[in-house]
Amino acid sequence: MEDVLFFIAAIGAVVGAIGVIALRNPFYSVLALVSHLLSLALLFLLLEAQFVAAAQIVVYAGAVMVLYVFVVSYVGGQGEPLASIGPGLGGVGLVLCIGLFVELSIAILGSGLHAIDTDGAKLGPGFGTPGQIGQLLLTKFLFPFEIASFLLLVAAVGAVVLARRRRGIDAPDEPLPPRDRLELTAAEVMRIPRAGSQAESIGLGQEEKEERGGW
Amino acid sequence: MSPTTWAWICLALPLAGCLFNAFVGRHLPGERTAGWIGTLAIGLSFVAAVGAFVALMGHSPDDRTFTSTAWDYADSVGVNAKLTILIDPLSVYMMLVVSGVSALIHLYSCVYVWKDRGFVRYFAYLNFFVFSMLLLVMAGNFVPLIIGWAFVGAASYMLISFWFRRTTATRAGIKAFVINVIGDVGLVLGTYFIVFRGSGSLDFLDTFKHVQAAFPPNDSDLVAGCILLLVGAFAKSAQVPLHTWLPDAMEGPTPVSALIHAATMVTAGVYLIARMHPLFEDATAAADVGTVVGCATLVIAATIALSQTDIKRVIAYSTMSQIGYMIMAVSASAYAAGLFHLFTHAFFKALLFMAAGSIIGAMGGEQSLDKMGGFRRALPFTFACFLAGGLALSAFPLFSGYFSKDDILALIGGEGGWHWILYVLGYLGAFLTALYTFRMIFRAFLGPECKEARELRETGHIAHHEHPFNPETYEEEDTDVGFPGPGHYIAEQQWPMKVAMGTLAIGAIFGGLIQVPFVDDLVNVYLRPDFVNDPTYEKVINGPSDGLVIFGLILSAVIAIGGIALAYVIWVRRPSIAVAFRERFRPLYELSFHKWWFDELYDAVFVRPGATVGRWASNVFERVVIDGLVNGTVSVVRAGSSVVRGAQDGFLRVYAALLLLGLALVALWFLLQST
Amino acid sequence: MTVAWYLVVSALIFCVGAAGVLVRRSPLVILLCLELMLNAGNLALIAFSRMTGTGDGQIFAIIVMVVAACEVVVGLGIIVALYRRRLPIDVDQLRRLHG
Repeated sequence: MEDVLFFIAAIGAVVGAIGVIALRNPFYSVLALVSHLLSLALLFLLLEAQFVAAAQIVVYAGAVMVLYVFVVSYVGGQGEPLASIGPGLGGVGLVLCIGLFVELSIAILGSGLHAIDTDGAKLGPGFGTPGQIGQLLLTKFLFPFEIASFLLLVAAVGAVVLARRRRGIDAPDEPLPPRDRLELTAAEVMRIPRAGSQAESIGLGQEEKEERGGW
Repeated sequence: MSPTTWAWICLALPLAGCLFNAFVGRHLPGERTAGWIGTLAIGLSFVAAVGAFVALMGHSPDDRTFTSTAWDYADSVGVNAKLTILIDPLSVYMMLVVSGVSALIHLYSCVYVWKDRGFVRYFAYLNFFVFSMLLLVMAGNFVPLIIGWAFVGAASYMLISFWFRRTTATRAGIKAFVINVIGDVGLVLGTYFIVFRGSGSLDFLDTFKHVQAAFPPNDSDLVAGCILLLVGAFAKSAQVPLHTWLPDAMEGPTPVSALIHAATMVTAGVYLIARMHPLFEDATAAADVGTVVGCATLVIAATIALSQTDIKRVIAYSTMSQIGYMIMAVSASAYAAGLFHLFTHAFFKALLFMAAGSIIGAMGGEQSLDKMGGFRRALPFTFACFLAGGLALSAFPLFSGYFSKDDILALIGGEGGWHWILYVLGYLGAFLTALYTFRMIFRAFLGPECKEARELRETGHIAHHEHPFNPETYEEEDTDVGFPGPGHYIAEQQWPMKVAMGTLAIGAIFGGLIQVPFVDDLVNVYLRPDFVNDPTYEKVINGPSDGLVIFGLILSAVIAIGGIALAYVIWVRRPSIAVAFRERFRPLYELSFHKWWFDELYDAVFVRPGATVGRWASNVFERVVIDGLVNGTVSVVRAGSSVVRGAQDGFLRVYAALLLLGLALVALWFLLQST
Repeated sequence: MTVAWYLVVSALIFCVGAAGVLVRRSPLVILLCLELMLNAGNLALIAFSRMTGTGDGQIFAIIVMVVAACEVVVGLGIIVALYRRRLPIDVDQLRRLHG
């Protein structure tokens, strides 16, 4: 029974993953990821990590993915054009990752860690329960727990700053201010007059200028 | 006071004058104060030289060698370099000549460069020159000798190109300096051979003491060293083949020509050989080289002087010729005779140059004999000075040159053997000397009056041309800094010129009386302590028989009078003879007029190849190899950096790929490690 | 199933995520692939926690989830800001470097 479930969950996870990278429409990619996360939750359950599985579904699939859905619907799911103007890393990327997978498998399967080949250690009674997690979080891992909460605070502030409108909440989506009233970046503040930017020094400055248009 | 103290004072005064004029001269009140101060410095220096002479004479003849060291500069690596002066009869003799004639020339110069914008600079340079020359003659070891040698070369360069906006002058200065440097190299290399391969000490007295022990006679090292010293002497004294700079050096102001290129600097070579006489006694091969070169020069220069039209160049070639006599004499161990001629020559040659300066002033800057004529009545004093100097130069009986030149030739003849050839050539040179000297005098002073002479005689005004011009190329100039000033002066009107020329004239006329054969022998006696240990010298002094001496005196007189008469006939009575002669013997005339083609030869052999090499180095080597290397390195670095820059293109996915690749490689490495 | 299986699945998911980062051009999808990789890591952690029998791995996995959440917040904020400024949502076109 356990093995069957394992295979169902594993195949679901892998298919979801492949779906994320293969589907053109980003909205479909998000949905594929959600399915991947649910499969992963099942895998966690199979590994006796009940709390983490629940947290995975509630937090990850339930909150983070919803955030993703919001943003995808805001930004719009325009599909990517097939031709890329940058380096065509398609083939190379795949080969590289296949190679990486082979290498990791060799590392795992040829490992000297004999415990990998077992089912795992003998588990105590409260393994994976919220009680044990809570106890660990508040005793042994108190410091990471606090830091993590601080990190969440910082991320929240960052999000607010990034999404802030310049002229108050009721102003319409502002058109771009004229070039000379744009906020200066540090590089622009420190720019040496007549010295140009690194891009200009390798001859890229001119076409970038034309590209800018609405910058 | 001891002789060396006087000598230090004599040496320090010109230097003080130079520094004073250099730093303060411009701010002095009055128009010519810097000139008077320069003259005063040299005048006092002459007084100090006289003091040294008197102090020296106060000691017995055996005890007349003094040294004094001011500063021990370095004592390491086998070299002990001290600033030492050596005061003995020879150096005091030279000090007297140098400071005395220099003082008179400074006085003359106070007028000559009067309105020139470079007046102060002139006197600073001239004082510096006198200091360097005194340092040279007072040197007690090779170090101050070489220093003084180099300094006089530098002073000569600075004074030849004194009118530095004149291209001909600067070119002449460079030519003089380059040839001088060749001589300097010879001098230093000669020092190496003699000192470092032989005596081991830079000091003169030590070297002379050990030369017999260190070198067998005519040892190759010693001969090499002496010949290299001769190279230095020839370059400085303008002997063939290093003589081409002297005629060009006439670009400098006339007093400079008088001082440096007649009386003092060019005699440094003569002094050098006389000073180094123990070495030359031992290396007789080198001495013979010197004798032959001196003789060759005197003949060649005399032939060239016959066809020159620039009055200063005639006198310059005459200098070259007379120094040939001196070099011939001191190389043949007739030291006192050569130095005696140096003494008389300083007087009459400086006098001739000063008088030439006067007549050039009367011509408003024109120097060509073709344009001069009939100045006898307009410039009586100058004419008298020219006559005095010319008669002395031509060895007219009883003038100073007569006795000195005769002394040399008698001693040379007395040596016998192949020296008879030199004897004959010496008298041939004397005949030519009389001829060209009086050619110059008759053309300038006798004959129909040129318009400048007429204007001067009638109105007392010196003719002025509308524009200042270069006397050689007739290019137009102005009178600002770097060109001669607007003033032209003649001796008749300026008392400093008169005083200087008059004093020299007295010396030129009566100076020979200190060494008249069978009557007195002052120069010989005075210099005897210097050459007392010299067996060759004794032999040479007693060489000529009385009959030879008398025969020489008579022959000299005949030749001098004959030469003057011939010159009178050709250039006063029948000028057409000169023209006919020139046409009939065209090749000879061309040879003489083009200075035996030495300049053209050197141009073809040294200057043009040098310039070609320089141009090649500049255009090809510099541009292709050096710039190629430098710019090539730059391009390689640029290319490399543009390759590396390609990695920073801003593509996120490339960065990610590189990250993953790195991760994979690290994992691979760990994997392989663990197996 | 032994622990090794879970680890291999984790490696596979990680490599799929990496391939996605290299191949896709939309920053949104790249962030999703990053999530994949993080999740692969989580799976490995939980597997090892099961192997050793302690709960440390699970705590670690929870913290990783927290970090992933923060990263997503900021990343999506940037994408929204890009969209607001009418910049192309394409990492190949967003390559202008400062200075």
